Amino acid sequence: MSANTTRTIKVGVLARVEGEGSLRLKIKDDRVLEAKLAIFEPPRFFEAFLRGRAYSEAPDITARICGICPVAYQMSACHAIEDAFGVQVVGPLRDLRRLLYCGEWIESHALHVYMLHAPDFLGYEDAIRMAQDHPEAVKRGLRLKKVGNAIMTLLGGREIHPINVRVGGFYKVPARRELGALIDDVKWALDAALETVRFAATLPFPDFERDYDFVALQHPSEYPLNEGQLGSSNGFGEGKSQISIGEYEQHFTEEHLAHSNALHSVINSRGAYFVGPMARYALNYDVLPPVAQQAASEAGLGRVCRNPFQSIVVRAVELVFACHEALRIMESYETPERPFIEVQPRASSGYGCTEAPRGILYHRYRFDDHGVILDAKIVPPTAQNQKTIERDLFELASRHLDLPKDELQWRCEQAIRNYDPCISCATHFLDLRLEKA
Amino acid sequence: MPKPAKRPKLAVWKFASCDGCQLSLLDCEDELLAIAGAVEIANFPEASRAVVGGPYALSLVEGSITTPHDAERIHAIRRSSRMLVTIGACATAGGIQALRNFKNVREMTAIVYAHPEYIATLNKSTPIKDHVAVDFELRGCPVNKFQLVELISALLHGRKPNIPAFSVCMECKRRGAICIMTARGIPCMGPVTQAGCGALCPGYERGCFGCFGPKETPNSHSLSTIWSGLGVGEQDILRAYRTFNANAEPFRKEAESHEREHHQDH
Repeated sequence: MSANTTRTIKVGVLARVEGEGSLRLKIKDDRVLEAKLAIFEPPRFFEAFLRGRAYSEAPDITARICGICPVAYQMSACHAIEDAFGVQVVGPLRDLRRLLYCGEWIESHALHVYMLHAPDFLGYEDAIRMAQDHPEAVKRGLRLKKVGNAIMTLLGGREIHPINVRVGGFYKVPARRELGALIDDVKWALDAALETVRFAATLPFPDFERDYDFVALQHPSEYPLNEGQLGSSNGFGEGKSQISIGEYEQHFTEEHLAHSNALHSVINSRGAYFVGPMARYALNYDVLPPVAQQAASEAGLGRVCRNPFQSIVVRAVELVFACHEALRIMESYETPERPFIEVQPRASSGYGCTEAPRGILYHRYRFDDHGVILDAKIVPPTAQNQKTIERDLFELASRHLDLPKDELQWRCEQAIRNYDPCISCATHFLDLRLEKA
Repeated sequence: MPKPAKRPKLAVWKFASCDGCQLSLLDCEDELLAIAGAVEIANFPEASRAVVGGPYALSLVEGSITTPHDAERIHAIRRSSRMLVTIGACATAGGIQALRNFKNVREMTAIVYAHPEYIATLNKSTPIKDHVAVDFELRGCPVNKFQLVELISALLHGRKPNIPAFSVCMECKRRGAICIMTARGIPCMGPVTQAGCGALCPGYERGCFGCFGPKETPNSHSLSTIWSGLGVGEQDILRAYRTFNANAEPFRKEAESHEREHHQDH
């Protein structure tokens, strides 16, 4: 009998995630002592050097937090600034923002489903190896991703760090025929997204469910991208099922813990919560277009999905939504008279929260009367999911201690990739305390 | 089973960055599988959990050096790489995080973190060339993916990459675009910024904001004079040079001259 043996499973660099993190499991006999998702992405201090910058620079500067979801940063920044200066972007400009965001969702979700996540289920180390046996799936994924990038390139100038977004709208808006030129591609993408749901539904899923506290934007008539109230599956106390974006910091707190080297977000008095596709889906099923609802139901998803391994199916359902929504906007688009609406800076504070592909992204700014930033706070989705990821790892490892080390390690890595974590995003992540193995 | 022909090993390394430049490789949707056939992708954690040991024919390095650990790590990468090239503004100039170079890092840490004592960070964000020899620097925030494919292809065939160091203005002229600064008075950094984006911003009725860093022999002072004539204030000129390539020498010096003037004004 191996009395009192402690073993550690360490994964130095987590693969197929954006940014750098590592995983550490501490196991004693037949018990998991701790599961840590450590992150050694170096800090970059965005919130600090935003101080003293002009409001107009925030969308382009914060985009550099993440090359995978720059539109999310640009959108949350614009909404927060417009909230502060008391303007609202409506009509075709609002539609164009949703379209740009759809482009980012399509690009990011196609990348994750086919290139980062599916190889786990099929037993490949990456999509390039997977392409040898599943060439049509990988090629479908790449083409879908390319359609998302084409939308971003048309509206944003380029797919990574688009240059066309400004507070109040855009520098230049496309002509109707320019959008029209992409319609056939997006129609193909919608079919490919439906095929993606069918593909994802056939993957082997471990039996693993937890009762998550889902948090996402909710909007009465549309699946949320840019706007809405914050909803939680367990409410916000005092019978409140929703709060406004401005109330975010009254209900959520970031904790700076030594062990994991990151600011962990918690929902006050409850703890860990879950943001991203599964949360959006659970809280907004009713406003999904029928084509997406039907695809979900054919894939065997109920109105709520609590198995994080099945997030790949939910992400595919969101691909259907994003392609459908992009098509709707492109087909009904009328060129607005002006590419942006003027804003007038004033001494004020503003709040913005939008749905990045990986979940809610919160921005808060305070300005002086010239629109110079006095302070800024940014809470990225991965920081919000980190506690939930660690709980998943703890549970999963506890159930599968009998697995050989390599398999357990791969299973745990897969559990992290369920969240499509974007570690570069999390501006707060710190250095790793390396445990000597 | 026949042994596949030996392909050159390609490695991708990350330091402080947003991941956008290495994502550019995955954004080559039409070329990715061909690239993966031509080279052995030996280390690319963002795309694969498979890791093949060095030495590598070509290492692409993204990100800047900001921690003591990273300052060590880059030397090991250089030793195991026949060619090492930097991709993007972070690796080439220190990136947006080099804005710390002009502030007090202790204060910045305290602004962001409740427990600054947990943080290990250097006072400056520095480019890779400050630490090891670099064979080529690819500009951009982010890089242009077509330039990236050209770079990989050229280096693996032993030829010089066809990547010009002239200004964004050249790209506007080649396109036959009307100068937005001359014709419409929109402040533009095109005259001092290296080409590579295809003069993207002027095409979107916006002034260039310097993603690709300083061109060869830029006359930044002269541009600032033109900007002043357009009514741009000292603070805004200073900020324009202090973005993604703030630590690149010509931009750093130009910004510092406006910082001094600003202080003298007060």
